[in-house]
Amino acid sequence: MGRDKTISERLWAAAIWTAVIFFIVNFMAMAATVVINSFGTRWFGAWLPAGYTTRWYASAWDEFQLGDVLITTFEVVGAVVLLSGLFGVPAAYALARRNFPGKQLVILLFLLPLMIPPITFGIPLATVLYQLGAGGTLSGVIIANLVPTVPFVILVMIPFIEQIDPRIEAAARVFGAGTGRLFLHVLVPLLAPGILAALLLVLVRTIAMFELTFFTAGPDSQTLVVALYYAVYAAGVRAGQSIDAMAVIYMITTLLWLLIALRFVDPTQIVTRAKQEAAR
Amino acid sequence: MTETTAPLPHTSEERTPWRVRLALRDIDGVTLLVLPAVLFVIGLFVYPFLYGFVLSFKPRAGDWLANYRKFFSDPFLYDTIYATMRLALPATIINVLISIPVALRVRKMHRRRLLTTILVIPITLGTVLIAEGLLNYLGPQGWLNRSLMLFGVISSPLRLAHNYTGVMLSLILSGFPFTFLLTLSYITGIDASLEQAAATLGATARARFRYILLPLLAQGLAINFCLSFVQTFSVFPSAVLLGAPAGDTRVISIAAYQAAYEQYDASMAAAIAMIMGFVQLAVVLLVLAGRNLFYRGAAGGGKG
Repeated sequence: MGRDKTISERLWAAAIWTAVIFFIVNFMAMAATVVINSFGTRWFGAWLPAGYTTRWYASAWDEFQLGDVLITTFEVVGAVVLLSGLFGVPAAYALARRNFPGKQLVILLFLLPLMIPPITFGIPLATVLYQLGAGGTLSGVIIANLVPTVPFVILVMIPFIEQIDPRIEAAARVFGAGTGRLFLHVLVPLLAPGILAALLLVLVRTIAMFELTFFTAGPDSQTLVVALYYAVYAAGVRAGQSIDAMAVIYMITTLLWLLIALRFVDPTQIVTRAKQEAAR
Repeated sequence: MTETTAPLPHTSEERTPWRVRLALRDIDGVTLLVLPAVLFVIGLFVYPFLYGFVLSFKPRAGDWLANYRKFFSDPFLYDTIYATMRLALPATIINVLISIPVALRVRKMHRRRLLTTILVIPITLGTVLIAEGLLNYLGPQGWLNRSLMLFGVISSPLRLAHNYTGVMLSLILSGFPFTFLLTLSYITGIDASLEQAAATLGATARARFRYILLPLLAQGLAINFCLSFVQTFSVFPSAVLLGAPAGDTRVISIAAYQAAYEQYDASMAAAIAMIMGFVQLAVVLLVLAGRNLFYRGAAGGGKG
């Protein structure tokens, strides 16, 4: 540990940092290409476009009906956030406080939708939803998106609840609070930071959730990411700059919420569900 | 509460009310709160999976195995497994291997949060946006080819998009941050005092890695490999947008999608989804069987 001493150690460190910087530079350059192209008049065979304009944003807004798409996106995301909180938080409370037989099995049941990729379970799920008549509708999209988010909320919330002193709940019970009042007046205020973090993570993940929405959405229930996919898929029909303008709108929507979320959560939580590091 | 389930004064089984007996096993009103979520996951995850499994044995024509026979006799279909493996395995191995030295470095860094924030952006933006961005960036007139030509590395533009290379690069761009953040969380979970003890005893950095970190990390790396592999194995948007979806990046998810949404054969689509799940499961089981060759035990050094 400590500082690197030998030359080979320094070279090794330099090589690693070079790799990291190379990765970040390429990613930034890729994102910059999208942004610059969306403002460019004509960009071919040069480092930068010939001129700059904002007209692609107006044309993208009309061509792709972005107003409707954004409304659908926020409806889906809002419903998913609300419902996954309503399903997830009480279940997490039960799992954090009780040690009933079969608990391990229940936790495994909640782990599976997070570990199995959406492409694998999305097609059978969409088949069932279409049979029920929910396929291609807004509610179908919301239901499909809830499948990974409900377990996600549960697994994020369990450690949060476990760190609350059970004596606080015992005291509330002694004073005659039922489970409902206990939740409303004691637990929700105490858990507010945890619930906020979990729901913001759900929000960011749902905006970017492509597969499940793609399989279940109809023409008027597409979210932004699915609309972007169709636009890129049919590239050539529309101007590339127009597609990139839409991509920029998507980037802004996603990154705005990411920035808000990062005020409350550690970035690694977007990947790992529970905090592995000891809390301070 | 678990802490308060002290044994009641012993009475005979029949006289204890059933509510109390259930409560002693930690089943009461609070436990029931888990039910809505359990029913939801059973109804919308377990049931569709079982439904798809049964449906895959009810083909539109032919006997119960017709879908699977068709898949494994038509090279246009069974080659998709190979095409997917050819992308998923190298991408996962590259991502996991690079993530280890980088995470070991970053662990000692002071402003770790800045780097993890930057790396979480590609994950958040998702594969569709990365595919669109790379189409421009990797194109013959894109910045990457221009830079390489400017520095004289190549004389004519490389073909990087609409083929295997493009999909591979997108899998690394979107997959590496995910793999790295998982590795980082496993490495920071290892108690630093174990390594300090070894350093005090004169172990070199290489020896500390070989004999202390790697055995402790093996478990986490195996899980990391599995999670990253199943993600890359189900690559879809970038294989369509950035690859050659009719050629060498015709991955298995494209075959499943076409069966479901172009041929409207739900039974065949379910069969392909089951095959996809089965291949993922087989690789995961192989990796998890291999991990037992390494040390298993606490990495926390007594903290549990």
